[in-house]
Amino acid sequence: MKKWQCSVCGFIYDEAAGLPEEGIAPGTRWEDIPDDWECPDCGAAKADFEMIEVPA
Amino acid sequence: MKSIVIIGTGLAGYNLAKEFRKLNTEIPLHLITSDDGRFYYKPMLSSALTNGKTPGTLVTASAEQMSEQLNATIQSDSIVTAINIDAQHVIVDGDIVSYGKLILALGAAPIHLPMYGDAASEILFVNNLNDYSRFRRAIVKAMHVAIIGPGLIGCEFANDLINAGKHVTVIGPDAAPLGRLLPSEAGAVLRDALAGIGIEWRLGVVADEMIFNNNCYRLRLSDGTYIDADVVLSAVGLRPNIQLAKQAGLKINRGIVVDRMLETSATGVYALGDCMEVEGLVLPFVMPIMHCARALAKTLAGNPTKLHYPAMPVVVKTPAHPVIVSPPPVNVAGHWQITRLNGGVRAEFRDGNNQLQGFALTGSATADQQMLTKELPPLLP
Repeated sequence: MKKWQCSVCGFIYDEAAGLPEEGIAPGTRWEDIPDDWECPDCGAAKADFEMIEVPA
Repeated sequence: MKSIVIIGTGLAGYNLAKEFRKLNTEIPLHLITSDDGRFYYKPMLSSALTNGKTPGTLVTASAEQMSEQLNATIQSDSIVTAINIDAQHVIVDGDIVSYGKLILALGAAPIHLPMYGDAASEILFVNNLNDYSRFRRAIVKAMHVAIIGPGLIGCEFANDLINAGKHVTVIGPDAAPLGRLLPSEAGAVLRDALAGIGIEWRLGVVADEMIFNNNCYRLRLSDGTYIDADVVLSAVGLRPNIQLAKQAGLKINRGIVVDRMLETSATGVYALGDCMEVEGLVLPFVMPIMHCARALAKTLAGNPTKLHYPAMPVVVKTPAHPVIVSPPPVNVAGHWQITRLNGGVRAEFRDGNNQLQGFALTGSATADQQMLTKELPPLLP
């Protein structure tokens, strides 16, 4: 499972955790999140996120 | 070709530069910053302990890396002492830097409340990474941290410090935390939830005096009691950095006043972020920055774009009891409808037409955030 970080504000989307408060179930992969989804903290677009390495 | 000069390399300055470069790679960009120009996500400071981050690992990119990424000149550790509107240049440590367009992304500074006592100068304020490094060094051996200010920053730091095993006391005059953002019943639930993880509240009082007491600090409170702490952090609000703009003769109010194009009273000079005020709104949060950066980038790239703000709920990162709040506009009359749930509070502010104008959700009720946000009118249509 990967993590994606908002390049505007640093919010991290963790695929394993999902975002239940937005109806995104744990385990939902990044590519399965709608393209019009926005960062919950700052409103940045999905395109503004970058995959980050998960520390071992 | 004259440069676009941006003063400030925080979230506002750097995100504006990034958005601009998506649209235009030709016009030279020159960023000036009083700090070292490292890019970091300021919202992450107040959850760094919980996430195992240090000041070093919070840095996303050095100034050199940003310079390369943005194809921009980044002049760090430099203080802008004056703006000359007529000559269209700024004075930076005695040198002249000319601009074609100037953007002020100066941020805000922590408010310092008056404090008596011989240890008052030891109070810590955290509003940037350098402050945060100082704070982290101070708390290494600290067992007890006192936080003055039960607002958003105070509560987030309190939760983070408790997670790191510290004893935490939060002091403030209001009856409940987040007094400016939450109706009192929601604030009370937050207060109780945070008390449940060990945060000690001293509410309804202010700290009058701070003195040295053996190896720690003693805060004398207005009810005559005192708190002993190893570190005292003050988080009582931010004041926009308007001094440079004021000296230059720009229109200022609480913040640097801009129009819907984010232009100040001086043509070709713009402002965004915590230093800026548009239609009476000063919003020291991240979501407004994103909307401003996008609109201003388009304007600077030759496509004048008016700023719009949708509803922009604020997320309070207190993991023990999260809060999402969209406060109603100050000039709107209405009333709160409060529903206590098992595990949180759902509060809706509706006007005379039963139109939703604000909300506050705590704990389990934050699940309703999307639905309520959709019902809200835009903050700046």
